Amino acid sequence: MTAPALAERPVSAEAGRLRLRRALRALLPAFSLVLVLAAIAYLNSRAISYFGFNLMLNLAIPIALATLAQMFVIAGNDLDLSIGTFVGFVGCVAATWLHDQPLLGVLILIGGVAAYAALGALVAWRDLPSIVVTLGMSFVWQGLAILLLPKPGGSAPHWLLSLMGVKPPFVPFPIVAAIVIAVVAHIGLMRSSYGAILRGSGGNAAAIGRAGWSLFKAKVTLFALAGFFGVLSGLALIGITTSADANIGNGYTLLSIAGVILGGGEFVGGRVSPIGAVIGALTLALAASPLLTFMRIPPDWQVAANGAILIIVLAARVLISQRGAER
Amino acid sequence: MNAALTRLLAKPWLWSFLGALVVFLASIAFTGGYGASGMVNAAFSLAVFTVIVGVGQMFVITLGPGNVDLSLPANIGLASAVAMKVMNGDDSLVALGILAALGCGLGIGVANYLLIWALRIPPIIATLSASFVIQSIDISYGRGLQIKPPPGFANFANAQVFGAPILAILVVLFTIAAAIVLQRTIYGRSVLAIGQNIRAARLAGVKVGRTRFLTYALCGVLGGLDGALLAGYFRGANVDIGNEYLLASIAVVVIGGTSVAGGKANVPGVWGAALFLVLLLTMLNTFGVSAGVRLVMTGLIIVLVITAAGGAKAER
Amino acid sequence: MEGMTGGAAPDLVRLDGVEKRFGAVRALDGVDFSVARGECVGLVGHNGAGKSTLMNVLAGTIKADSGRLTINGETLRDYSPTRAKALGVRCVFQELSLCPNLSVAENARVFHPALKGFNWRRKAGGLILDKLDEIFPGHGVNPGDLVQDLSIGRRQMIETARAFTVSDEPVRLVILDEPTSSLDAHTAGQLLSFVRRAVAQGTSCVLISHLLGEILNNSDRIVVMRDGKEVASGRAASFDREKLMAAMGGAEERERKAAAIASTAPRGDAPIRVRARRPGQKGETHIVAREGEIIGLAGLAGQGQTDLLLDIFAAASRPRADIEVTAPVALVAGDRQSDGIFPQWSILENIGIGSLARLREGPLISRRREEALANLWRDKIGIRTPDVANNILSLSGGNQQKALFARALGSDARIVLMDDPMRGVDIGTKLEVYDLIREEARAGRTFLWYTTETEELQNCDRVYIFRNGAIVADLAHDALSEEKVIESSFEAG
Repeated sequence: MTAPALAERPVSAEAGRLRLRRALRALLPAFSLVLVLAAIAYLNSRAISYFGFNLMLNLAIPIALATLAQMFVIAGNDLDLSIGTFVGFVGCVAATWLHDQPLLGVLILIGGVAAYAALGALVAWRDLPSIVVTLGMSFVWQGLAILLLPKPGGSAPHWLLSLMGVKPPFVPFPIVAAIVIAVVAHIGLMRSSYGAILRGSGGNAAAIGRAGWSLFKAKVTLFALAGFFGVLSGLALIGITTSADANIGNGYTLLSIAGVILGGGEFVGGRVSPIGAVIGALTLALAASPLLTFMRIPPDWQVAANGAILIIVLAARVLISQRGAER
Repeated sequence: MNAALTRLLAKPWLWSFLGALVVFLASIAFTGGYGASGMVNAAFSLAVFTVIVGVGQMFVITLGPGNVDLSLPANIGLASAVAMKVMNGDDSLVALGILAALGCGLGIGVANYLLIWALRIPPIIATLSASFVIQSIDISYGRGLQIKPPPGFANFANAQVFGAPILAILVVLFTIAAAIVLQRTIYGRSVLAIGQNIRAARLAGVKVGRTRFLTYALCGVLGGLDGALLAGYFRGANVDIGNEYLLASIAVVVIGGTSVAGGKANVPGVWGAALFLVLLLTMLNTFGVSAGVRLVMTGLIIVLVITAAGGAKAER
Repeated sequence: MEGMTGGAAPDLVRLDGVEKRFGAVRALDGVDFSVARGECVGLVGHNGAGKSTLMNVLAGTIKADSGRLTINGETLRDYSPTRAKALGVRCVFQELSLCPNLSVAENARVFHPALKGFNWRRKAGGLILDKLDEIFPGHGVNPGDLVQDLSIGRRQMIETARAFTVSDEPVRLVILDEPTSSLDAHTAGQLLSFVRRAVAQGTSCVLISHLLGEILNNSDRIVVMRDGKEVASGRAASFDREKLMAAMGGAEERERKAAAIASTAPRGDAPIRVRARRPGQKGETHIVAREGEIIGLAGLAGQGQTDLLLDIFAAASRPRADIEVTAPVALVAGDRQSDGIFPQWSILENIGIGSLARLREGPLISRRREEALANLWRDKIGIRTPDVANNILSLSGGNQQKALFARALGSDARIVLMDDPMRGVDIGTKLEVYDLIREEARAGRTFLWYTTETEELQNCDRVYIFRNGAIVADLAHDALSEEKVIESSFEAG
């Protein structure tokens, strides 16, 4: 029997059309980023420079890391409403314990990841609704942060400041960091063999279980990864802001959810994209402040703009799906 | 006698009232019995505001998994500002002010549903995004306003009759009405049907779209009402007045025995859970714990309670 | 079809005295079942006979209440899907086990934990591709395709092929539950000839299908199940269609009933209740249902019958050009769990949801009226329960289905749509409900009835046969016969 080589295999017209629609949806995050960059360039051409990018994308790294943390949770059909306060907690630890007693600080951060893993275990074991559980945990992290730093203060460890202050030639550090983060996450979740199982647990958990995999282990892994990336996000944030306060991460919950969705992810079905999530985070970092400042939107309304962007992107996605679908 | 006792113990809302009682007794033990009646009175006064939005959230959550209204805090904040601005410190404008707040809440509820229905945005994201837009509106609208409530209204919100807060009595009546609506009206049955099995509901002739619309609108209206009353009770409106009611509204629904998977709602439980939360906070204050510890304890207890209750499958 | 059946060789798999209850329902009532090496066993029976439950026990996904399972001579105590797979038992059930968000190769990886390491993607892709080429030459599937982008036919092909792939665990027995249900004739043929080849080479197979021709042509031995028991078994050559259908049950009684309604006169002048035209229909053929008629919808599964019913249901509230509905409509769902039952509610609430407006006294629903309605229908349709205030899940499957009927019939609907509602229902319940349907039709109600059991069509005044979403034949009651129905089902539209 002679079968045509892999490359020459005919693709059915139906699968081809679907792939095109999927490609369009995959390009949407990149398209949004280009759109925002174009708007910025139009409003203030000097912003498009090494110095300009460094400044504007300053906060993109912690946002991207928090977005990836959220992405892992969403991949398992859950939602983490505590990531913002967790990032704030990590920041407070970084500015206090990590600076004064590094060993203890590291232990506390490891404990934070362990707490996330334990949360995953709880959710898997008792089939808990993640919205309520993470909403409760957000209060715990907030309280702990307040106990650490009742008033803003502390100072970041030197090594953290140096790391975040790196100035590579030609390409601004935030962009380099974003690429590295995206690639690592992509390889881990999309290319590795266990990553397929993790994503499968969101796509058809029953099938994964029937095939003999431990859904419990998958859930714990996803939450532990979220905790780990949350720690990285908090560290990166403090490396930039140099000092901390208990509320510093609170906006990151919505931003992380928005980043995942902007990046082409969906709430159910295990459909997420690490690269899309990072691009989405970059877009949000630009749109959340620099773009609005250049557009001279009053600060009162910048909060609204975050919500509006999310709505617009989701509406665009719906329109693309509807035009493609033969209803 | 035994059968009746078993049936009583099986009622899910019983546990939330028991929890409230336990916490109350712990506080009393700490203070040596001092201020007990004042504590109860204050608990009922404060619980009222959680119950109002708790009922609204309960209807939304009962619609089925994924349905939740995260725009309540922003809703409450904006409604409080609107109410105060319309009332303008004038007792004769109180009714108008409340109406304005209700209208504001209704608008938010309708807007939420439009996002969900027309743009197919999941309710979590739709209400979360809407809350950000509402927050901005509130900030710019409420800027520099002299937002103090008319004295008559503020007094009414704080008034007592026969030793019980008037608002508490009214809200208890309201809760009873809500329970009747849930069990004995077409609307209420529709909500319960949709929450159990949306496909079956549609095929059984339930008007799914209309019911969802009414539910989100109702939740919005209740948020508006809460905003107006809060401004009256605390004698002033501000943007953050509703912030603690996000977790509170969801927590009282869940702790009170409503299923997060939808289709099973528990109205008395909302009161029990609201009292439990308020008394918990009171107890922590009585013990003299700091803000940070208070937050941690509140969060941990909520996680504990939901773990004990289990999830959708654990219930069956 | 001769296979390698070792006369004295021990069976590969033996189930002895297996029992399983789900609440009040006795799904398996002491079943003995065995499969020899290199043997293909055909398993037949009506819906609800226990075939799927038995196979679930064999695959380890359900634990039997009692009974013994022996594989390769070893009696097994702690059995689980993982253990089953390690011992070489594979199954392809009707609910597909693919992850839609993963690619074909990744789904192959899910199935084979041993496929890890550096080159896993290429190994997994090669594995599934080779098997697809072997079973379905010309399949057109790439290992990198996302499952969610593929048609249901292709998904079934992939899942079936995956069951036969080998990496580190052997394949000894493959259970195929309706494996051709989403395949076209050509692909189905490819699959069945592959199965015959595999069986000849020593792999055992259990084939479940409601297409008796498939069973007769591809099995070495046939087992017939009915109401949770094995009622007939023997070499395939000793069976034919009539014998199988007789064994599956209820034929004589049905024939009696069918004779009773043969005398129903056609109602040519009764008012039209439903008129529908299908998109893609050649010519002017309409579906017409008059008052008092029972109209059957037949043909192979999934040829557009359910779509028609759903469209008619929707058209009752939102008018459309190609469908005319002149009276209120109710629908009885076939898939109880997903489309019908409200699991938190009592029996009376499940019945009452179809009639809420009429149960009101003033603005509120009257408990008294609701209870009266439920009790009325409990007696009329014969729901076996001591108290209609009990939870709906306390009823057996057949009685739950009766409650769904009561919901529809208790409403004010003059048109009742039925979406294969007798799936998984025992024969006693079926006969009771058929009687009720005919009685209601005589009283003026109109029924549109989609069924996958051709014997049920005997109850209908007229039957429309569907293929590819359009009507290909229109048979009056007198002209009905199973051969005609099957013949028309395979005609091109």
